[in-house]
Amino acid sequence: MSSHTSSTPDNLLWKGGIQPMKVGYGKLMMWIFLLSDTFTFSALLISYGLVRYSFPTFKDMNPGQSIKDFTFSPEWWPTPERVFEAVPFLHGLSLPLVFVGIMTFILIFSSVTMVLAVEAGHRMDKADVEKWMLWTILGGFTFLGSQAWEWSHFIHGTGGGGANLVYNEYGPPAFADFFFFITGFHGTHVLSGVVLNVLIFYNATNGVYQRRGHYDMVEKVGLYWHFVDLVWVFVFTFFYLV
Amino acid sequence: MTEHIEHIEVERQKPQVKHLWKVFWILLLITAVEFAIAFLISADNDFGKWLKISIFIILTFVKSFYIVGTFMHLKEEVKGLIWTVVLPVIFVIWFVAALVYFEGSYIGSVR
Repeated sequence: MSSHTSSTPDNLLWKGGIQPMKVGYGKLMMWIFLLSDTFTFSALLISYGLVRYSFPTFKDMNPGQSIKDFTFSPEWWPTPERVFEAVPFLHGLSLPLVFVGIMTFILIFSSVTMVLAVEAGHRMDKADVEKWMLWTILGGFTFLGSQAWEWSHFIHGTGGGGANLVYNEYGPPAFADFFFFITGFHGTHVLSGVVLNVLIFYNATNGVYQRRGHYDMVEKVGLYWHFVDLVWVFVFTFFYLV
Repeated sequence: MTEHIEHIEVERQKPQVKHLWKVFWILLLITAVEFAIAFLISADNDFGKWLKISIFIILTFVKSFYIVGTFMHLKEEVKGLIWTVVLPVIFVIWFVAALVYFEGSYIGSVR
């Protein structure tokens, strides 16, 4: 990669032939792409916020009652912690937000293993890069499987007919629409991130980056993977917590 | 970009991961705090509800500082790159805040 030993005079910084921001073209473009993707997800979350706010809440339609008396109805927006209270293998137990918390932990943990892979790449440690990338891929697949379970449980519903793009037992159809759209968009990003990670893992195992002399490609897909994690942090906050 | 073939047996350097794991624990702690706030503070009154929302949003931004700064190594990049990423995000946040504040009242007449 580029050497940082000499400092280019400012008037020559943008004249070509060197890296003005001291990162390679690929990495810079990945950052720019992530910025654009930020706008996409911001748009989704902002429209979610506005549509949600346009609906009355349970308390608005039932003045005097406490949140504890909450029931589902298409008249008001549901409280997410009452919608998402199931955990796989633990049927019938009401564990609000437990499963989504587990999913968040899995994704954050896979982000850690990804950054450890990047760090191993800095040291040109092929074995460690492979190990940590494998853990990251595993975390990604686990998250996808968990999200699939959430979807199927949500669609199947709890006795009231389930939820799809037209009918929603939990509340207004818009709630289901946004759930599928936002988590679907995010899930697609997770899927493409896992695919990329698998490809780069394959390359790393075959010694492509060792021969190249740097593991920059691992850093670039690492940036994408961290972005996916970051989006989940925001989705989790605005959809499940707020 | 110079490409060179590495055939020398380099001694395996020790991993420098302590600060990375530290950030992981910080993120986990903040998430745990968010969960605690979600269940312990009652949203039955307006103050409680908006307190929760503000805390969630602030903590989420704290988490993003750690993820973007440390995991994505933005903190270690050149100032120009840092601003390239941070400035548009600041503009988006201001954009949303200004829109909601000045035009947001229409939302009451939608339904």
